[in-house]
Amino acid sequence: MLLIPCPWCGERDEDEFTYGGEAHIARPASPDALTDAEWADYLFMRKNTKGLFQERWMHAHGCRRWFNMVRDTVTHEITAVYRMGGKPPERTDS
Amino acid sequence: MTGQPFRIAEGGRIDRAKPLTFTFDGRAYQGFQGDTLASALLANGVRVVGRSFKYHRPRGIVTAGSEEPNALVQLRAGGRTEPNTRATCIELFDGLSAESQNRWPSVDFDLHALTGLFSRFMPSGFYYKTFKWPAWMWMTYEKFIRHAAGMGRSPTVADPDRYDHRYGHCDVLIAGAGPAGLAAALAAGRTGARVIVADERCEPGGSLLDHAATQGGPSAPSAAADWIAQSVAELEAMPEVTLLRRCTVFGYYDHNMLGLLEQVADHQSQSQSKADPFQPRQRLWQVRAKQVVLATGAIERPIVFAGNDRPGVMLAAAARAYVNRYGVRPGNRAVVFTNNDSAYEAALDLAAAGVAVAAIVDCRAEGGALTETARAQGMDCLTGYAVVAAKGGKRVTGVTVMALAEDGDAGGKVTGGRRAIACDLVCVSGGWNPTVHLHSQSRGKVRFDDAIAAFVPGESFQAERSAGAARGTFATAACRAEGAAAGGEAARLAGFGDTPPPAPSGDEPRQAALAPAGAPLWSVPQAPGGHGKRFVDQQHDVTAEDVALAVREGYHSVEHLKRYTTLGMATDQGRTSNVIGLAILAQLLGKDIAAVGATTFRPPYTPVCLGAITGRETGRHFAPTRRSAMHPWHQARGARFVAAGMWLRPQFYARPNEAMMDAIHREAKHVRQHVGMVDVSTLGKIDIQGPDAAEFLNRVYINGFKKLETGRCRYGVMLREDGLVFDDGTVTRLSENRYLMTTTTAHAGPVMAHLEYHLQVTWPELKVHVVSVTEEWSAIAIAGPHSRAVLERVAGGIDMSNRAFPFMGFRQGAVAGVPGRVFRISFSGELAYEINVPADHGLFVWEAMMEAGGAFDIIPYGTEAMSILRTEKGHVVGGEIDGRTSADDLGFGRMMSQAKDFIGKHSARRPGLVDGHRQQLVGLTPTDRKTRIPRGARIVAEPIGQVPKSGAATPVGMIGAVTSQCYSPNLDTPIALALVERGRDRHGEILYAASPVAGITVPVTVRDPVFIDPQGERLRG
Repeated sequence: MLLIPCPWCGERDEDEFTYGGEAHIARPASPDALTDAEWADYLFMRKNTKGLFQERWMHAHGCRRWFNMVRDTVTHEITAVYRMGGKPPERTDS
Repeated sequence: MTGQPFRIAEGGRIDRAKPLTFTFDGRAYQGFQGDTLASALLANGVRVVGRSFKYHRPRGIVTAGSEEPNALVQLRAGGRTEPNTRATCIELFDGLSAESQNRWPSVDFDLHALTGLFSRFMPSGFYYKTFKWPAWMWMTYEKFIRHAAGMGRSPTVADPDRYDHRYGHCDVLIAGAGPAGLAAALAAGRTGARVIVADERCEPGGSLLDHAATQGGPSAPSAAADWIAQSVAELEAMPEVTLLRRCTVFGYYDHNMLGLLEQVADHQSQSQSKADPFQPRQRLWQVRAKQVVLATGAIERPIVFAGNDRPGVMLAAAARAYVNRYGVRPGNRAVVFTNNDSAYEAALDLAAAGVAVAAIVDCRAEGGALTETARAQGMDCLTGYAVVAAKGGKRVTGVTVMALAEDGDAGGKVTGGRRAIACDLVCVSGGWNPTVHLHSQSRGKVRFDDAIAAFVPGESFQAERSAGAARGTFATAACRAEGAAAGGEAARLAGFGDTPPPAPSGDEPRQAALAPAGAPLWSVPQAPGGHGKRFVDQQHDVTAEDVALAVREGYHSVEHLKRYTTLGMATDQGRTSNVIGLAILAQLLGKDIAAVGATTFRPPYTPVCLGAITGRETGRHFAPTRRSAMHPWHQARGARFVAAGMWLRPQFYARPNEAMMDAIHREAKHVRQHVGMVDVSTLGKIDIQGPDAAEFLNRVYINGFKKLETGRCRYGVMLREDGLVFDDGTVTRLSENRYLMTTTTAHAGPVMAHLEYHLQVTWPELKVHVVSVTEEWSAIAIAGPHSRAVLERVAGGIDMSNRAFPFMGFRQGAVAGVPGRVFRISFSGELAYEINVPADHGLFVWEAMMEAGGAFDIIPYGTEAMSILRTEKGHVVGGEIDGRTSADDLGFGRMMSQAKDFIGKHSARRPGLVDGHRQQLVGLTPTDRKTRIPRGARIVAEPIGQVPKSGAATPVGMIGAVTSQCYSPNLDTPIALALVERGRDRHGEILYAASPVAGITVPVTVRDPVFIDPQGERLRG
């Protein structure tokens, strides 16, 4: 079970969190301006990264805040957590 | 009851002053405090303790530890019964009862053993090859195979015992309390670090406990025993050290989380454990450790030879443990068969305990360091020899020995004459496997070490290190030194001081080198003309011949071999068999073992009861029960409750002698004619505040919310971003920047999460806060023509007139004197209101309204009547909002705003969602207005005839399905809602609701889904 450092509450068990998939996917400002392919890319297409991956988590059984996390999908090493709207630290491969 | 013919007169760690009585297969025996079930059975001369899985061969005790493959028994009875428990791990208590498994009718006479006679027709893959066709016959085969191949029996009644969960945090976790583990614990504990030491046995000391020199006692003090006692005393005096006995570290998970199973009361009789009513039987620990030391020791492995499963063939170290630790002779005349020195120590201890050692058969041509010592004691040491076969049925009666053609060669040949040696005990040692399981589970690599012919821990992946025999270091002094170093290092890395020097080693017990010299002998080939079975995996009855067959059939990968032969897949997970299987595979492929590779080790290390995993979350503690403030009133009025998620809701209120359906129909009819009240506290309520609240609502609902005025309510539908309907509910504008959203009971949580996600992730710039207030408010819906009159009596301060308080209006004011909120909304289609008051006042207001309604013949109604009322009105619920329907499917197409963007809008225009052939919501009535429309019926255009037995029926195209159905007491006809292809174009058509499950087909007329008051005159009146 992962030990996840919530930026608001500190280290907590993975049990307390829900997973939100790939981070930094912005909802298009004008969906109607998009082609179906572009919309599908926003809605369905996600990376399947081997290595450092930027992803979203929510501390569902705690502060209920969403945040971003950089996790190595091979080793589960967590290299960074940062708030929504924050910039990912440099040197991530995803 | 007989005496204990194989008990040695003195010595061992048993308490002869405390005799215990137990039964095995219904017969009473006696043992002593400190015995295991296995040692007590051996003391009583019981040799056959079970039958094997596939061939039903008689099997005896092979080991003295948790690696036992054979001696699995059914322990206890009734709700406490537990199958597949290892007799070698069961501490004896008074009144213990156990039964052998896998035998019918008895362990001594087993009819299924006949399969052994046909066993050459049952090779690996036998079931796959034989029973694969015809496929339909498998159902028949399976019954017989299961009966023949069963293990123990699962309990059929609930376990009455208590199981606990506990979370732990520590700086250093140490798995194992043998020489290395104790030394590690002392080194780490002395730094002040928080340490947990867990050992699966009942007392610390590890393998030292099995050695003759450790037995000590007042007459023969021993350095090893003293060291253990002093170490334990020091550890127990340290406030930051927790020493857990009978506690197995069974799993090593991500980020240094480890699972521990503490068997708190498994060693106690029922009356003993009853002394403390709060004592759990087992406790599951989840421990997060900064650093871990694995001091899990090593497990001896057997050597494969013909008949090596005969009762009386035992691991040498196990035999040594039985004579030394338990004071039991596992036989009278032993042959020791080894490829290394450790078995000599067993031979010397056996001889000292009065067991005649008929011969030591050492496959090494020159013998080893202790060969001369053994010879000096008059033992017959046959070096360069191997046991080719064990003879006997239910008890080994002797062995056949032959010379090895080449010195210990793995694929060696046996040669020369045969020598028969009579014996009733064969002690085998094929070397030692470090217990690398936890290291491997932690994703650490394992490496094959040729020097000891075993896998040892390689590079670590998590914050762990191995020490002692678990790392392939076998001499006791070295184990202690390594343990101390590992414990000190772990503490230092966890932030605690420098390592103090390890304790002085004192007088070491004798410890031979355990490594087999040269190439180890893994399996002895058949003697010419021999055909006895050579078992690799005794628990799953996998033989060396099975492995060879699998390799011939192309199963060259170790993972394939494992699955095809089931080698190592039994409850012991191949503790004593995996490496041998690998070695045989490597030999057959002509590869090194390192090149063949090991299978992955997975948790749990030893079996864990489901009870321990479940813990206290069982029965009514499985999930919390949510009750509304009015629950006691419902209960007092005889309501029958139904679970709605975690909520309990009144389903209906039957009057004396009133049948369920009568009560439901009475309630539904009464509401439309008079007035009724229903508890709707379970609906989700979300308070939404902030200057951007209107904009936010506008983005999450398909319809517009910007023009909603203060004091007004609006019905809204939410989509998921993929364009399908997510939930519906109402939103009320309480004040300028404050709204109250209601959700369905089922979606209260998911809708809240949906709003939070979009506020925090999608539009963090919006100034809006949301908070769930479901439990802050009690909610009462009052519906029916007299609802206004009733409310006027309790909420006199609010002008209830239609003009002052119209449909979809909202007012605040006192209800029965309690500050409340009144919404004029209707789920039933009648004139109706919903009243919210602070939850603590819910019961009081409910009672006041019931009293005020007395003059109007008010009744309470339950969820069943509510469901009928909404079905009559064509309102959609979970049956229709099933995650596959679009807004247009449900008739909300025109609600979708063209003027704004909202969640799901773009997807709702996907070609698949605007396809003219989609199923749309319709109402159905049976053409005869009498026959109930079957629940879940499929809608077809043609009636389905009798399905012919030949199965040659013509397929009938399905064009829809019934989503809700009931009898409408107000219309006196069954009705239904359904989703039907192009349904809105079919009003007036006759279709068929077919239920192959119920075996009926009902002709139905398609119509508008609103059955009652389509113009909405009642709810606006």
